[in-house]
Parts: sequence; structure tokens; C-alpha cells
Amino acid sequence: MKFIDEYRDAESANAFAREIRRITTKPWTIMEICGGQTHAIVKYGIDELLPKKIRLVHGPGCPVCVTPLESLDRAIQLASRDDVIFCSFGDMLRVPGTSKDLLSVKADGGDVRIVYSPLDALEIAKKNSNKKVVFLAVGFETTAPANAMAAYLAKEQNIKNFSLLVSHVLVPPAMEVILASPNNQVQGFLAAGHVCTVMGYKEYEPIAEKYKIPIIVTGFEPLDILQGLYMCIKQLEEGKKNVENQYSRVVLLDGNPVAKDIIKKVFCTVMRKWRGIGEIPNSGYSLNKDYESFDAEKIFDLQDIVVEEPSECISGLVLQGVKEPSECSAFGKLCTPEHPLGALMVSTEGACAAYYRYKGHGKEDNSMDE
Amino acid sequence: MCLSVPGKILSIKGDDPLTRSAKVSFGGTVKDINLAYVPEAKIDDYVIVHVGFALNTIDSEEAEKVFKEIEQIQIMEKKAYEEDIS
Repeated sequence: MKFIDEYRDAESANAFAREIRRITTKPWTIMEICGGQTHAIVKYGIDELLPKKIRLVHGPGCPVCVTPLESLDRAIQLASRDDVIFCSFGDMLRVPGTSKDLLSVKADGGDVRIVYSPLDALEIAKKNSNKKVVFLAVGFETTAPANAMAAYLAKEQNIKNFSLLVSHVLVPPAMEVILASPNNQVQGFLAAGHVCTVMGYKEYEPIAEKYKIPIIVTGFEPLDILQGLYMCIKQLEEGKKNVENQYSRVVLLDGNPVAKDIIKKVFCTVMRKWRGIGEIPNSGYSLNKDYESFDAEKIFDLQDIVVEEPSECISGLVLQGVKEPSECSAFGKLCTPEHPLGALMVSTEGACAAYYRYKGHGKEDNSMDE
Repeated sequence: MCLSVPGKILSIKGDDPLTRSAKVSFGGTVKDINLAYVPEAKIDDYVIVHVGFALNTIDSEEAEKVFKEIEQIQIMEKKAYEEDIS
């Protein structure tokens, strides 16, 4: 496929890897933000092409992984109701809540449906006027335009039996939490290309300046990631700290103005709890006052629950780049993709699941010598 | 979840800016995709698609840049190799 195959060419990838080895003189720790990038890095063995001095740590950019248990429990409560058709992206169904997941609600007879797009959930609402249709609206800035459009069209078209259970998260506040932590080890970032397709990358400039760190807007194919790493390492070696755009075939400085406009009309910025990290101010979207009548949290009488993560799970430290999956005592033993303890083992974009699948049950050190 | 896939626009339907849609081919698999966020998109353009929405058109000129950089690396390596053996 055009714009995919040529970005997976092994010879080109090796040329970048050789160039990275040539310019690297010091040890550097670089974090890729997005779970899609983590998956590609581990799947294609990109980390193993790098010199040992380069350490990649995996960021919090996996919405499935950071959606808090409370949101999942609320989703499970709603999905269990007889008067509700509950719609979700497929990858949320196996994420464990406190006592069960959405898939087991479905197995117990709940009307839980997997949709490709939030507009599919809107269509289901139009066809089932005797039911309340709830869509689980999770995701980063990439998914916000689609979810915002579902709410916007529901209002325009006066569809009253449709609502959204919103648990949206935003990338820049999480980057700041990582950088401000006394345990921070991250010296350079690969920013998430599709998040920036929507939002642009102006908002990263103050972060780069404040924390004196290079930030490279990066795509998702092996060549994108290697070029992003090359640009980041080059800046680190030269003592620079700029925002650069590797993914220029898709990302513009200002992002997508039409998408940003709809987001602004529908959502407002709120404090959000991140699974494994905790509450971060201004790190999420909720529906704003004009769209309250489409907010499932306001329409339904949901119990306010506060729950704790299993104590063995170190997802929070992995998400912040402080620990690696294989440093967890439960990794591959108590916690596997079949029986996940934490969300990083559930989603294919979670670092734990990627390590389990592509590196065996523990991280092997196969990186090349310089 | 931020996975977005490039696809080629085969045909376009409707002129309402919010619900204009296209048949988009992803290596042969064709899906209906909302074009609200790419008002400039036309037939034969490649778009990057996420959960049923095109988020942007792909700039084919910018797409070539990475290959030009690889070419430069390979030319430099060849030169260094030739200098090495001479």
C-alpha cells in the first residue's frame, strides 16, 4: 500500500540506523509518546537496531491503558442496564474493570456493540428510538474530532436517545507531569504524529523551552520512527532543544483548523484521572454546558466509585518511563495478555503487551554494540 | 488507538460540509469515510483516516523528503568508504 510499504523498507531503515550509530557519542534516554509508536518499535525491533547508549522508554499515549478504572466501572454499570445499547471501540472490551470487563457484560446478555466510528453509534440510536444508546468516548486528541462530531450531529439532528460517556485525555499535560517529576529520565520526546495532525505542534514549543528538551513530531512507520530518533539524537548531541516536524506529509504547524473548531464547540478542558498516574489538571475533555444533555454522566444516575489498582501492577511507573515491563514481578507470571492485571497488558499498544508478544516473557538485550 | 491509516479517495458523495463522505480504498478494502475535516479533499487524493474520519490529506511532496535524506546518507557513506580504501 502506498504511504506504508515504502516506509518499511529494510535497507532504508538500516541506513538510518547506521547514521544514528555514527552520530551517537553519549547515552540518551528518549520517550515515544504514542502506544502505536511503542508497538511499531517493539514489533519491528527498531530498539535493537540502535546503539546501546540509546535507551527508549515508552510513554503514556495509549488511551485504553490510561482510562481510569472508575470510567470502566461506569461503562460496565451502563452496559448492564436493560434500557441501554452500549457502543464502544473494540479495544475497550477486554480492559478489566474492578470486577469484570465489557465483554463479560455482553456474554451475560448485555447489549454491547463494537463500532468502527462514533457515527455508527449515532446510526444505531436513530434506528432504536426505544433504547438509550451510549457511546464510550475515549481517546487522545486524534479521536476528539470524531467523538465531538457525533455529539455535534446528535444536537443538530435532535437525536435525544444518544449520549456519550466521555473519558478523553490530552498529551501535553501528561508530558509536563513526566518532565516535572524528580524521577524524570527523559531527555528527548518523539511526539505523537496523529495527535499533532489534529492539534498542530505550537503547544509543544513552550514545553521544549521550559524543560530544555527536543521534541520531534513523529509518524508511525519504521522509517518515520528512525528518522524521528535520528533528528532527536542529532539535537541532543548538538545541545539543541527545538520542536521539529518529522511527519510533515501529514502534520501542519497549526493542525486541522476545522477539527479544532468542532472540538472547541463541543468539549471543555477538565481535570482528568489517568490510570496508573493519577489526577492531572486540564488533561482531559468533557462535554461543555451546551452539550450537557448528551453527557451520560449527567443523564444517568451513576454511582461515584473510587477504586484502587492491584498492588502488584507497576503500570504507572512504566507509563512515566521510570521502569520497564520486565522489572515487574507479575510480568509474564501473574499478569499475561490472557489474564491481565493492568491495562498495559491488555491493549496491543500497551508496553507490557508489546514486550510479552514480541520479546518473549522478558526483555532480552539484543541491542547492537556501537 | 491513535492508529490512522492512509487510503485513496475513489468517489465523493454529498455537499453538506458536515456529512460529505467518500469511498476510500485501503489497499483494496473500501470504506465510507466522513470528509468534514478535509474540505479541500478531492478524488484520487490520499487521506489519513481515523475512526471513520479523514484527518488530513497526505502531501506527496513532503512524503518524498525522507527518501531524499536516505539517499544523502548513502552517498555520504559511499564517499567515506571510497576515501577509506584509497
